[in-house]
Amino acid sequence: MGLLSSRMSITRYQVKGQLDGSVHETVYQGLKKHAIPKIEDDSSEATVGWTSFETPYAPDFEGYSFVFGTHMVFALRIDKKSIPPKLIQKHYALYVAKRLADTGRHYLSGNEKKSIKDHVVNTLVHRIPAAPNVYDVVWEYDTASLWFFSNLKAANEALETLFIKSFNLQLIRLFPYTMADRMAGLSDQERDVLRKLEKRRSEE
Amino acid sequence: MLDIAVAYNRYKFLGNEFLTWLWFIIETDESSFRQHNPDFISLTVGNRLVLENTLNNAKETVTIRGDNASLEEGLVALTKGAVVTEIHLSYKTGSQNWEFSLKGESLNISNLKLPETGPVETPDDLEGVVLEKVYLIEKVLGFVNRLFSHFVHLRFSNTWDHETVAKIHKWAASK
Repeated sequence: MGLLSSRMSITRYQVKGQLDGSVHETVYQGLKKHAIPKIEDDSSEATVGWTSFETPYAPDFEGYSFVFGTHMVFALRIDKKSIPPKLIQKHYALYVAKRLADTGRHYLSGNEKKSIKDHVVNTLVHRIPAAPNVYDVVWEYDTASLWFFSNLKAANEALETLFIKSFNLQLIRLFPYTMADRMAGLSDQERDVLRKLEKRRSEE
Repeated sequence: MLDIAVAYNRYKFLGNEFLTWLWFIIETDESSFRQHNPDFISLTVGNRLVLENTLNNAKETVTIRGDNASLEEGLVALTKGAVVTEIHLSYKTGSQNWEFSLKGESLNISNLKLPETGPVETPDDLEGVVLEKVYLIEKVLGFVNRLFSHFVHLRFSNTWDHETVAKIHKWAASK
């Protein structure tokens, strides 16, 4: 569902603040510093980082390759390991049976069961590869406008967190209130109505 | 500035009212959209319309699906106090056609289908296609922004309470 897909979903943002120095160089450094690692972290259930639009599985921002005209186009990648619950169930049952056989007991305590489950999950996390999810980002610096090609809550939250960490700029998600307040060119009087509207609603 | 999460939840109704007003204008005064784009040809309700009625602390949802589906059930829901929470739209200007869905609570765009662009056959084609797609997205988002701004100014004026709400009720009841 990215920029080149036949169908796409977009969440709109306004970027608050300005970068110091050269825009392209600062963005390049931020992307590079927080790029998705090329070597997978076996112990981590999810890894989040920037990647390039053209080559999302081999991040490369050299030569400001993320610059397309007046826009900067790159992607957020979230590599996530999803362990099927049935697999956990199977390995858990095998461990429990082995523990009972080894100790000659007929039951295990709640703490032992929890510890076995944690062990099973940790072991499987090391063995299962992470599935990559790529979400395109289009940023027009001059108009402080940014489009994120996903409406998924978790992906949007990951974007907002990584963006401020990478560029020290805050993303303001555009939804009815922020669009009215920031984009509609309200007069002071109209902004007052917007606030009263809020007060009236909150009193209901 | 309100806390973002609080503002999101508190002002969901504003987006739903926008979609309800949009449906009303589409059905009664479509040509007025030309003021927001001189190349405007048409804006029509597509294959999905969702309405919600949360009056009396009970949530009732009406979903109308399908091409050329009758929207009468939606109008009946409007007369009972429901608002549009999701709408699928088809937007035409000149020879170009966009299709997309808008959700009232977030005003997020989903299922956006752009007018045809050139294929990416070689790496050299990529920049041109990206810029073309960005331009086409800007066009449709700009149109939605202008419609929302127009709605907001109307919503915060006396005309909304004194005229527009009554007109919407009259239209819904007349069908």
